[in-house]
Amino acid sequence: MAGPKYLGFDTLSLHAGSQPDPTTGARATPIYHTTSFVFKSTDHAASLFNMERAGHVYSRISNPTNAVLEERVAALEGGVGAIATASGQAALHLAIVTLMGAGGHIVASRSLYGGSHNLLAYTLPRFGITTTFVDPRDVSAFRAATRPNTRLLFGETLGNPGLDVLNVPAVAEVAHGKNLPLLVDSTFTTPYLLRPFDLGADLVYHSATKFLGGHGVAIGGVLVDGGKFDWEASGKFPTLTAPYEGFHDMDFAEESDTAAFLLRARREGIRDFGACMSPMNAFQILQGIETLPLRMARHVDNTRKVVAFLAAHPLVDSVGYPELESHADYELAKQILPKGCGAVFSFNLKGDRAAGRRFIEELKLFSHLANVGDAKSLVIHPATTTHFRMDKPALRSAGIAEGTIRLSIGLEDPEDLIDDLRRALRALEKG
Amino acid sequence: MYLDLDQNKAYAYSAGQPLDPARRNVIFIHGAEHDHSVWNLQSRYCAYHGWNVLAVDLPAHGRSEGPPLDSVEAMAGWLIGFLNAAAISNVALVGHSMGSLIALEAAFQLGERVTQLALLGTAYPMLVSDQLLDAARDDEREARQMVNVWSHSPAMQIGGNPNPGMWMLGRNQRLMERMVPGLFFTDLMACNSYRGGERAAQAIVCPTLLLLGERDMMTSAKSGRALGQMIGGARTRVIGGCGHALMAEKPDEVLEALVEFLA
Repeated sequence: MAGPKYLGFDTLSLHAGSQPDPTTGARATPIYHTTSFVFKSTDHAASLFNMERAGHVYSRISNPTNAVLEERVAALEGGVGAIATASGQAALHLAIVTLMGAGGHIVASRSLYGGSHNLLAYTLPRFGITTTFVDPRDVSAFRAATRPNTRLLFGETLGNPGLDVLNVPAVAEVAHGKNLPLLVDSTFTTPYLLRPFDLGADLVYHSATKFLGGHGVAIGGVLVDGGKFDWEASGKFPTLTAPYEGFHDMDFAEESDTAAFLLRARREGIRDFGACMSPMNAFQILQGIETLPLRMARHVDNTRKVVAFLAAHPLVDSVGYPELESHADYELAKQILPKGCGAVFSFNLKGDRAAGRRFIEELKLFSHLANVGDAKSLVIHPATTTHFRMDKPALRSAGIAEGTIRLSIGLEDPEDLIDDLRRALRALEKG
Repeated sequence: MYLDLDQNKAYAYSAGQPLDPARRNVIFIHGAEHDHSVWNLQSRYCAYHGWNVLAVDLPAHGRSEGPPLDSVEAMAGWLIGFLNAAAISNVALVGHSMGSLIALEAAFQLGERVTQLALLGTAYPMLVSDQLLDAARDDEREARQMVNVWSHSPAMQIGGNPNPGMWMLGRNQRLMERMVPGLFFTDLMACNSYRGGERAAQAIVCPTLLLLGERDMMTSAKSGRALGQMIGGARTRVIGGCGHALMAEKPDEVLEALVEFLA
């Protein structure tokens, strides 16, 4: 007889973390738009502050609506818990500052979202935390770049802009061989396409602004702990394994080996840096997650059709999508991304910056803006927007050509998207 | 705090508080493939409200060294050794699941040294199905999933953890995964084969509380009540809607019941 099983992914997407409201019976998760929560007594207050009871004190630290989102994403990722943050950037910052202070070092993929690169390359060094960037396809480079003061390995499941597929099992093995955790930005894949903890990652974060929300109306991030990393055995993380004067000399790993990271992140990082999520945003992102499996399947299906169209078009020089045999990570993608490689990709037009600009301006359905992961299809021309300051050589080293176009494929009828692209390409043809 | 016991390091969580001879003592004992952290909230509360708290990690669990012990009697013996090494004479014992059997057996052996006995998620006999024992022996991953589902009420398998942001099933699974291979089977076999419960129950003279979960599928409330009837004067309280993971699912209800009982 088969034993009992956990609830499936689709069910968890709809339900995890939520119960009908015990007071009103509301089925949807209520928006607890309150700063603070009334104590039952002075003893109740003191015990909440001292982690002797579970509950909410102040919405910067925890909030019932946010808690549903945190629990839901943790369940979908197969983690032990999560913290909702003001943005994906705030989630990355929270992860880093929970693990290290001045003197700490990170080994990161060089194929990162520009905002993450800025934080690591320019901002954190001002606070004494430095990063060595490596080619994400060169697993040995991660190992070679570690130093005695390295505290974290970091990469994106699908890197920017070339969709480099991070070999999560191999990089995790390198990290664990050095007694270090692996943090993964899983924004482009979501747990529907890839569950990094199943492959060895230790910490995962999302810009929930993107596919988790899917509607493009709320900025937010979620940081999830897999609960597997042995902080005590590593010996490199006194923030988690030594008494913390800022919270009654609490030794977070002694409290709980599985929850140490999140305890510190909530009791220090969210408390002191304060980059918490608004409950309204948590509610909106929850609405998106309810349909995550349906949307991601459609995103991938539409993307495959658009990729096939572009790859066969004479005005397109190349398409960078890991399901194409021409992509450097084709074999790895088949192995770790069997359900698809997401809905964001770049292609190169035959032509210069002017061609790219013209193409964008001819599109009618695709929205020209700086975001990805929306239900609506999006487009951007890096050479004239996000990377406009770069000359040709600089663009080349960033993996961007003058005619590179980045698309985020939405949920429209794929025939309409292809018609829109065909019309814009035809306009280029006419000059 | 750590003690040396039989040449092995033995650990107990004390919430960072030193033992104070003027205070009363309460020992928390976890269940199979668990450690002290299942008592986080309740043990920390007691430690900051006038008690010397020791939430032990049994041998081969959590931070305690030593080979796994294969019987409830052996684990009770280890616990008594721990109390003696810590120079603790009188003590209240609080145990959950397998830990409740250890508390029961230790109370029997310690006699008047035990001031109060609280048994949570308990039953006697604590029979384990062949299906689960086979899985624990042959496929720990499968066994952990079975126990994780059976240990939580239907509501908690969906969520709504009172502890904000934590996914209860995920955390429990990771805790079990951290234990050494083979420990789960050893623990479950110890529960299944314990036969001293009736004798111990009939000898208990201290105030006793049984806290049971209405939706407990591991140790049903009915079985727990049957054990309660063997202990003279024992009080039984059933927490509505709660599964086997009482301390996590209903932390406040458990805390308040314990505080009232231990007062």
